[in-house]
Amino acid sequence: MHELSIVMGIVEIAESETRKAGAVAVESIELEIGKLAGIQIDSLEFAWDVAVKNTVLQKAHRQIHHIPGKARCSECETEFEMIELYDACPNCGQYFSEILQGQELRVKSLVVS
Amino acid sequence: MCTTCGCTQPSEAVTITKIGEESHAHRHYRDQPEHHHHHSNGHHHDAVTIELEKDILSKNNLLAQRNRGYFEAKGILALNLVSSPGSGKTSLLERTIEDLKSEFPISVIEGDQQTTNDADRIAQTGAPVIQINTGKGCHLDSEMIHQAVKKLKPAEESVLMIENVGNLVCPAMFDLGEAGRVVIISVTEGEDKPIKYPDIFFGSKVCIFNKIDLLPYVNFDIEKAKNYAQQVNPHLKFIELSATTGEGLDQWYDWIRKSLKHFIKYQHIH
Repeated sequence: MHELSIVMGIVEIAESETRKAGAVAVESIELEIGKLAGIQIDSLEFAWDVAVKNTVLQKAHRQIHHIPGKARCSECETEFEMIELYDACPNCGQYFSEILQGQELRVKSLVVS
Repeated sequence: MCTTCGCTQPSEAVTITKIGEESHAHRHYRDQPEHHHHHSNGHHHDAVTIELEKDILSKNNLLAQRNRGYFEAKGILALNLVSSPGSGKTSLLERTIEDLKSEFPISVIEGDQQTTNDADRIAQTGAPVIQINTGKGCHLDSEMIHQAVKKLKPAEESVLMIENVGNLVCPAMFDLGEAGRVVIISVTEGEDKPIKYPDIFFGSKVCIFNKIDLLPYVNFDIEKAKNYAQQVNPHLKFIELSATTGEGLDQWYDWIRKSLKHFIKYQHIH
């Protein structure tokens, strides 16, 4: 359940940004979570309810943007959608590839008031 | 009750214990949020959008980089040992320390949810050791390592073994500032572990197959396991060994020796 640590990281960021803006609560929060980031969304949702209690995020509307995994084969340079970290290049079958996106784990924006 | 601050130290508190010392430090797994008391003062708060694009792990990563800088400056080769529970991490460490302690100093940080059992075992070898109990936490983080290192004060030009909480999932996401991660699987586990838990294999430098003395008695296809692991991480190095019989340990020790030398000179390892 490292998702709990992740949510607590989000709470910390939200608390700090809300304070900086002189606001008291977060109305909505946008998250970007890559498909290859190692996050189980249902675990995150489970942890969320517990972790945001009595914080600025308690009533926040949460929006998650899922970013698909994308990789470039180091052998033939084909770009392909990577569903799992161990996916081979669909063109040449090699496993050497560079991940271009899908490992994001970010707070994109907050609406505070 | 904690004698330092009087708190009742709930099970979710993180405790950091130096074996051989009475006092302990702890931090709470979940800091209470600051209480904001907002009184109605007639001001109307307008909604403001803040574009952030902030990495959620940035705090952990920042502190991990601080740890890394400290290790580089002091020539401390920090290795983050990860595995499932019961793969033999502690036995391998005990044996490694006994066999190498005459060559260079080795200190240990032990991570477990509860008990100081593992640290007590390591203390028997004479190596300086700190136990971190994560309470309900499923992984070590860079803040815990920062605190533990302050107490442990590893020698310059030494090896620091960080035994993470037995778990193949959660430790993968948390950089501790180590020079390299070593993943250990034992041949009594399934050979498909690397594709079941790809994240942990993805960022590791070395994969150790432990308990190879048991190979004749189990259905573990080591080549198949290597293939799976290489699919996830083509750069992974493999070492097959048995911490019980000593078979294959030379390869592991050579890797540590070479890595320490390289790290002291170039501040990174292969």
